[in-house]
Amino acid sequence: MLESTKTKMKKFNSLKSIPAYLPIVNIDTDMIIPKQFLKTIKRTGLGKNLFFEMRYDDRGKKIKNFILNNEPFNNSKILITGNNFGCGSSREHAPWALLDFGITCIICSSYADIFYSNCFKNGILPIILKEEKIKELSEYSKRKEEISIDLKEEKIIYRNNEIKFDIDPFKKKCLLEGLDDISLSLEKLDQISSFEKKLIKNKPWIFND
Amino acid sequence: MSLTLYDKIWNEHLVHQQEDGTSLLFVDRHLIHEVTSPQAFEGLRNSNRKVRQPNLTLAVVDHNIPTTDRSKGIDDEDSRIQVETLDKNCKEFDIQLFGMEDKRQGIVHIVGPEQGFTQPGTVIVCGDSHTATHGAFGSLAFGIGTSEVEHVLATQTLVQKKAKNFRINVNGKLAIGVTSKDVVLQIIGKIGTAGGTGYVIEYAGSLISELSVEQRMTICNMTIEGGARAGLIEPDQKIFNYLKNRPMSPKNENWDKALKYWNTLKTDKDAKFDKEINLTADDIVPMVTWGTSPQDVVSIVGKIPNPKNENNIDKKNSIDRSLKYMGLKADVAVQGIKIDKVFIGSCTNGRIEDLREAAQILKDKKKAAHVHGMVVPGSGLVKEQAEQEGLDKIFIKSGLEWREPGCSMCLAMNADKLKPEERCASTSNRNFEGRQGRGGRTHLVSPGMAAAAAIAGSLDDVRKYQN
Repeated sequence: MLESTKTKMKKFNSLKSIPAYLPIVNIDTDMIIPKQFLKTIKRTGLGKNLFFEMRYDDRGKKIKNFILNNEPFNNSKILITGNNFGCGSSREHAPWALLDFGITCIICSSYADIFYSNCFKNGILPIILKEEKIKELSEYSKRKEEISIDLKEEKIIYRNNEIKFDIDPFKKKCLLEGLDDISLSLEKLDQISSFEKKLIKNKPWIFND
Repeated sequence: MSLTLYDKIWNEHLVHQQEDGTSLLFVDRHLIHEVTSPQAFEGLRNSNRKVRQPNLTLAVVDHNIPTTDRSKGIDDEDSRIQVETLDKNCKEFDIQLFGMEDKRQGIVHIVGPEQGFTQPGTVIVCGDSHTATHGAFGSLAFGIGTSEVEHVLATQTLVQKKAKNFRINVNGKLAIGVTSKDVVLQIIGKIGTAGGTGYVIEYAGSLISELSVEQRMTICNMTIEGGARAGLIEPDQKIFNYLKNRPMSPKNENWDKALKYWNTLKTDKDAKFDKEINLTADDIVPMVTWGTSPQDVVSIVGKIPNPKNENNIDKKNSIDRSLKYMGLKADVAVQGIKIDKVFIGSCTNGRIEDLREAAQILKDKKKAAHVHGMVVPGSGLVKEQAEQEGLDKIFIKSGLEWREPGCSMCLAMNADKLKPEERCASTSNRNFEGRQGRGGRTHLVSPGMAAAAAIAGSLDDVRKYQN
């Protein structure tokens, strides 16, 4: 059962993990989760097929040098990657697959718009950093050292250093509190109703035909 | 204050705005299909919610369905379950559905305009990134995720923040054999696949106004390949003529009222754009993609790029990776690269004008012996029209297959797919790794270029084949 209707999503707290570094630019949602796995009618169970074509060979065996196939990265909660991550299709199966694998934070220098918005609906924190900071953090992946994410303070902590990141305050609040968009919007039902009434009057063709 | 068309549509749909700019936007038209909707309906059921405006929602099956004989249903169990689930959900929530047996069924972005469901000045959303197609009608149309599909179903609104304004002006005339597909490939090559991220693009200029409604749809369709969620074009008389008397278009006095409103949908003369670029149509030649991102474009008379010429290490690695995947060598001429398959169809190029363009090249010609080609009309109505014009016979006579409508090998969710290392000249919109089948190699082209490739058996210049 749901905790309450307003907190459908899992709350995002602080996070500590050895990050996995996947230095490829323009990773599209077809690469994150290929179409054959879009035939599901569920949100769960996609993690084993995350990055399917990079992760498995033609016979379905795990490809050794793919980062997420190896310890400790098979348990990474943080993915550091190349710019324009999540471009292409709008499929929310992409964040579902990442989440099901265990990744709840992504760090790169830019995201595709639809993917970026889909992350927040699923409790995933997509952090945007400058390329030089990405390179710096990627060293921690190479050395298999943990880094921490503190969403409340908007910072990434590693050894004695920290990097601040920016995030939309409303999106941050939704992540921290696990708020459900639909419940929040339904609180504005009166405004939606009066908008509709006005619309029927001013643009009757929207409803009538 | 001077406003852009996007600003105006945005303002007209604001239900509520927070101080930080987070807005609740009213959605006039919601299109749904079988792949990105089941979890949304499940969410509604779990929270005991209803569809707020079933009348503003239209459902169609397209991604998963076979393009061969459908009388026996769908073989693939998962695909069948998805299609049946949509049917069940539409019945439960009282939504109109064009099912597999319906003549009006087709690719969601072809069906919307065809039925007059797509209208100027509206906000249109769909759980599919190519929703931008509908922007050709002067609507704000964009793709959304499944959580957002659920949000629209439940509230008929969407939580959004306003994007920036980007105008792309294309002036001049296109040479014979050059189409709007080449224009949009050229644009994506120029701005890059993330060039439009955070923006809504308005396409303007003398060429854009001269294009037909369907050609405009091809341009808006691929807006997402340039990173922008939505691309739109000021509606004009061509759009109004197209919409007149469509089944879901406004009727009688509502038509007059709508028309009056639609005529106001223009960007103000001195409206400010955050970004603006200009292209000369006369300079555009037939384009082909060589790599695994839609920005990897080259002219048909060009050569495959050499990673050695790239200084940026990420870009160099990216070219290396693409060339390896595509099985191509640097500096090789594009013309003459041997292909195995041809795919003509998709929401980018599956409309009647696209089929005419391909048929004109293929008339009285045969495909190369080693090539396998399929033509997949975008909808049942496109198929019917093409058959009335005898286009099906031209394709069949040239050796191509004439199929039932659907998304087909654009994303290869159904049985239509490339085998590893097969090379395809495709009129679709994405050349991503594995997009048309694991290991498959996609070259994006216009319908005429696909037809030329079918005849030559290799990538070739459509301008040599003008009848």
